[in-house]
Amino acid sequence: MATTTAPPQARSRSVFSRPTALDGFKGYLATTDHKKIGIMYFWSVMLFFFLGGVTAWIIRAQLASAESTLVTEEVYNQAFTLHGLTMVFLVVMPLGAAFFNYLIPLQIGARDVAFPRLNAFSFWTFLFGGLFLYSSVLFNAIPNGGWFGYAPLSTQIPGDNMAFYAVGLQIVGISSLSAAVNFITTILNMRAPGMTFMRMPVFTWMTLVTNFLLLFALPIIAVALFMLNGDVVFGTQFFQPATGGDPVLWQHLFWLFGHPEVYIMILPAMGIVSEVMPTFSRKPLFGYAAMVFAGVAIGFIGFGVWAHHMFTSAVGPVARSAFGLTTMFIAVPTGIKIFNWVFTMWGGKVKFTTAMLFSVGFVSMFTIGGLSGVTHAIVPHDAQQTDTYWIVAHFHYVLFGGALFGLVSGIYYYFPKVTGKLLGEKLGKWHFWTWLLGFNLTFGPMHMSGLLGQPRRTAVLPAELGTDVALYNVLSTAGVAVLTVSASIFLFNLVTSLRSGEASGDDPWDARTLEWMTPSPTPYVNFYEIPEVTARDEFWERKYAEAEDGSLRPVPAGASQDHDPSTSPASADEHGDEFPATAGGTATVDTSGNAKASPDDVALPEDEALAKATPDDHGGDTEHIHMPDPSYWPLIMCVGLLPLGYGLTFANPALLVVGALWLMMGLFGWILEPVAEGDDDDPEPSAAAA
Amino acid sequence: MSAAVEETSLGLDNRKLAMWVFLGSEFMFFGAFITAYLMYLNTTAGGPDGEIFDIVYTSVSSFVLLMSSLTMVLAHHAHEQGDMRRMRMWILATAFQGLVFVGGQAYEFTKFFKEGLVPTASPFASSFFVLTGFHGVHVTVGIIMLLGLWSYSRVGKVKASQPLKTEIIGLYWHFVDVIWVIIFVVVYLIPWG
Repeated sequence: MATTTAPPQARSRSVFSRPTALDGFKGYLATTDHKKIGIMYFWSVMLFFFLGGVTAWIIRAQLASAESTLVTEEVYNQAFTLHGLTMVFLVVMPLGAAFFNYLIPLQIGARDVAFPRLNAFSFWTFLFGGLFLYSSVLFNAIPNGGWFGYAPLSTQIPGDNMAFYAVGLQIVGISSLSAAVNFITTILNMRAPGMTFMRMPVFTWMTLVTNFLLLFALPIIAVALFMLNGDVVFGTQFFQPATGGDPVLWQHLFWLFGHPEVYIMILPAMGIVSEVMPTFSRKPLFGYAAMVFAGVAIGFIGFGVWAHHMFTSAVGPVARSAFGLTTMFIAVPTGIKIFNWVFTMWGGKVKFTTAMLFSVGFVSMFTIGGLSGVTHAIVPHDAQQTDTYWIVAHFHYVLFGGALFGLVSGIYYYFPKVTGKLLGEKLGKWHFWTWLLGFNLTFGPMHMSGLLGQPRRTAVLPAELGTDVALYNVLSTAGVAVLTVSASIFLFNLVTSLRSGEASGDDPWDARTLEWMTPSPTPYVNFYEIPEVTARDEFWERKYAEAEDGSLRPVPAGASQDHDPSTSPASADEHGDEFPATAGGTATVDTSGNAKASPDDVALPEDEALAKATPDDHGGDTEHIHMPDPSYWPLIMCVGLLPLGYGLTFANPALLVVGALWLMMGLFGWILEPVAEGDDDDPEPSAAAA
Repeated sequence: MSAAVEETSLGLDNRKLAMWVFLGSEFMFFGAFITAYLMYLNTTAGGPDGEIFDIVYTSVSSFVLLMSSLTMVLAHHAHEQGDMRRMRMWILATAFQGLVFVGGQAYEFTKFFKEGLVPTASPFASSFFVLTGFHGVHVTVGIIMLLGLWSYSRVGKVKASQPLKTEIIGLYWHFVDVIWVIIFVVVYLIPWG
């Protein structure tokens, strides 16, 4: 979608004409706006998070007492499978995607992602994939072989349960893969002028790494799922030991995806924490370059540790030693990150807002999870712990205490950006402390019960494990009750703040990065003027300069401002020359700081200055800004995934044909639909094109 | 090509970059299938093994597919010259060769079916059909893209000034060819037993 200034063309309305609604329900169905898509991701995640919580309750209610018969083993298997699938694929991953969507174009100074319709397609595919997975309830075929779906166990389960697993994850995978292509292209190619790689916000960096992980890990699980789908539905022999199928093949394929997946879930949270910590410590991020390096290193090493999930499978001593070493090695970049966050806070004027509390919670809880993780790298130790609750405790400390704490921190931090209102701080602190308490109460005792031998993935808690283990399980269940209260506080806070939250202003946190330069809530066009980036903490550098004694001085309102928009394209490279004239009133300010001010500035720290960044400042005319047109085709096309999915689940050729044809139809509608402003492509033939 | 390229950070059109990124993912996709195939090379469960392959027959259809890369390059070259008539001719030639390949594969599969090599026969058979079958699906998608390009250029939606569109489809097509070179070597040329 290249920018073009071609005049609008009058077109007759047809099925291929573009929808025009930007607001209301229709506006959401047809939207290609990254902000609305991000919001839709968020609310879908809230729905699935509720369902994930329900399944967690089934598990914990069953395990609250030894030898319980509250639910059958089949229901228990379905509950823990669905819990894992929901929390991994329908909560943590898409919640990360919600942040990618909303923030990435804002953080890199773009008006949208590279492919807005593909972005809408990613969202609808995710939603339909999640609904498809949950539609297994209607067919009494809820997946019951664990989120890891180990074949050949999963291929021997009668019924369509694991077919729903294979196809449902496949659909969700298509969503993530198309989003990965989109975001990699966006980040690599659509940065504002001056935003070099080493000036990108750390969240943008972590998003880039995450999406590369998705790009290379998802095809592997796609292959594994196709094989499983074939074995379960169509009678292929990939995992059938009877004909020589290798039972370890699935484990290799699954964990070659599954371990990068762990970093896919944690890196976005790490990125958010890296934004929140500097803001509320009023210091630049400590060791930016090391932070970026560590993130990239985690991405690379993350592909070389998968067999530590298989130390008790038949992989041999050489593989065990090698993967034990790489697993210990990956703790190094993770440790770099932890220390850098601590040093960011060190000596800063730390302000404990709810967002900051969740970030501090992230660092501390993730450290606990990381330390128990290192124990898995020690092969004999791991052999003792495999399939015990020690493992369950570990991965909840990194995924709940880690990923989810970081993402919730992001919700508190960016809520004002999205809504223009503050998310209640008082309730927020209640939310945080109950969340922290409930989390530790639920998963802390699992360390103990695991070491005492409680097996995971087992429907009945054996009474022979003794009263200590039974007590730990009661504590865990009580912890879920606390978490439920906490989540209710959060939801209540969310709803009341949306309705009647305190107005936040545009920059409530005195933040540092580009996304806060836009008014809050973010206007449709994001930036009225694309900013020119000259520093890592661009917005901060525009607000503050360093005085000679090292203290901060605000750049006075208007000191670096108000260029004539008509000259902006030409003046883009001349900011250095213009500076002395614009900074006339700030003689005491160190020039090295103030030289960051560029004539393209549109926002200032003072509210009245931000008011200037409204369309009126530019003659009330945003018409000339080319924004992606809404489109129904991504949604229409995604509908075809449902017949295709059910066709693959039930081996129904008619449904397969319908689904494939529907997708083709959607694809051609997608291509044929016009762009409101004329051709979406290159301008008419020019000499350079030949 | 001209206007958009100058605006991007890397100087590469978004669509072209996205295709490269996507193809990176595709390599992992086929890599995993090829790994499974190699693992199950001798796991035939008493059914047909690699002896069944007709190397000469598949060499011919592979040659046709490889030559289609040449016509794809010629199509892109003609488009860059603004010669849409020749571009359409080479696009049709490419699509036709792709069809010959897919047709050849369909015939080959039917022959194997009759001789008892079916996807449900053994892990070896399953991985053979899934690997080559998914490649066939990729060629088919490529043919649909080529025919789309051909018809859009006829109605003027793809203009002489937009060789980028041919180039991007070409990237995909060459990828499908390169993957087939690997698959052909792995499946048909390396010894079994």
